[in-house]
Amino acid sequence: MIKLEKVSKKFGIGYNALFDINLSIEKGEFVFLVGPTGSGKTTIFRLIIRELLPTEGSIIIDEWDIINLPKQKIPHLRKKIGVVFQDLKLLKDRTIFENVVLPLEVINIKPVEAKQRVEEVLESVGILEHRDKFPVQLSGGELQRVAIARALILSPDILLADEPTGNLDDDTSWEIVKLLSAINEKGTTILMATHDTDIVKKLGKRIIGLDKGRMVKDEKHKK
Amino acid sequence: MKFFTTAWHNIRRSPYQALAAILVMTLTFLVVSFFSFLIVGSSRVITFFESKPQVTAFFKDEAKQENINALEDSLNSTGKVASMKFVSKEEALSIYRQQNKNDPLLLDLVTADILPASLEITTTKINDMASISDMLKQSSVVQEVVFQKDIVSTLVNWTTAARRIGLGIIAVLSLVSVFIIVTIIGIKISQKRDDIEIMRLIGASSWYVRWPFLIEGIFYAVVGAFIAWLVASSALVYATPTLSAFLKGIPIFPIPLVFFFGLLGVEFLLAIFLGFISSFLAVLRYLK
Repeated sequence: MIKLEKVSKKFGIGYNALFDINLSIEKGEFVFLVGPTGSGKTTIFRLIIRELLPTEGSIIIDEWDIINLPKQKIPHLRKKIGVVFQDLKLLKDRTIFENVVLPLEVINIKPVEAKQRVEEVLESVGILEHRDKFPVQLSGGELQRVAIARALILSPDILLADEPTGNLDDDTSWEIVKLLSAINEKGTTILMATHDTDIVKKLGKRIIGLDKGRMVKDEKHKK
Repeated sequence: MKFFTTAWHNIRRSPYQALAAILVMTLTFLVVSFFSFLIVGSSRVITFFESKPQVTAFFKDEAKQENINALEDSLNSTGKVASMKFVSKEEALSIYRQQNKNDPLLLDLVTADILPASLEITTTKINDMASISDMLKQSSVVQEVVFQKDIVSTLVNWTTAARRIGLGIIAVLSLVSVFIIVTIIGIKISQKRDDIEIMRLIGASSWYVRWPFLIEGIFYAVVGAFIAWLVASSALVYATPTLSAFLKGIPIFPIPLVFFFGLLGVEFLLAIFLGFISSFLAVLRYLK
């Protein structure tokens, strides 16, 4: 489903964000991408959604050659991949409902259907009662759930979660991970970047380790 | 429909920028409207004069009636004359008094003696005017011959000059409007950079992002054009009594409604074109 072969990414002159990355993730897998800040986790996500192009190597997503993907096909790719961004990227002047409905508006779904779908997804992530609030009125954990809801709204095949527990307390972090795990059990492939070792150990899923742009670990399931 | 709603939100969130854009478009279309009135009006004046093949001969004071009659007979004998009207000094004074009845000073100064008698001749064919004019000029009793062709050519020269100046002003104002709308839309795009980035990351196509800005540019231009049309048309309707007194005898007024609505239609098309071009340039420049 996700295949990176000999992928390197160099920014500007000299700085290697990624170096010779080879990884393959199968459909329905839950994979942790671990490593310290600056190890290249976010860069891998940005390459997968074609926000960036690699300096070398090839990336295949569900039979799509990302490197040679025509520009007009990029929106189609991004509709297949839900992303929970590290900085959430929620629109502050729109309500929770309006934030979550945005991807449906982009694909021009009828408002009645869109409303029903948003309510279902907000219900599934446990924040339906906050639908008419603005992001500033919600807690960190609730905002993460909003970002997850928006990422899930188009029922993507792949969900990328970039540090979704980064600024949360242990209990809330664990709730978010359980939520992602439940989404994975329904068949969605999940790639989650984190440096929270406790969560990674507890869940016992596949772990890919990065350090200074190099892949240093690929541990399969322990459970 | 979603694009229109988004465009409307963008407009409402920065009312002063919207006002500036609409005002500059209003100014441009005011010039377009007044210039259109001038062009259409002058064309109709010219057509009026062209449709009246008339030569006027002013007689010398010493001209005797029998000489004038002889001239009339010789003109009639050419077979080119459609109608002929003799205006005596007294009749000329009466016409003058009628035209200046509201100005006693002008009436006091003029008597029948200083006004010349004249002969107004219309020809059946416009091409015969020159030969009739030549005949009149050769007569010993004729002081001066006024030929409509001269009036028409003077009017045409004036209209051509006005048309060039008007087109120049419209071109400059259109350019200014385009630049101002490009700048305003550019500012809007910069303000919404984060929103645009998010929309793109969740799979919005380029056109999905572009359409609200294009609609916004067209909105400014169309609203500006409508306000300008309303102001200019109202001004013309208000000035109609004065203008029709000034252009007495030339059938321009009242202006038919179809002209006003035709002008509105043309201005809307021009506005859509200008608005689209301006916002499209902004989108190309700022939404790479």
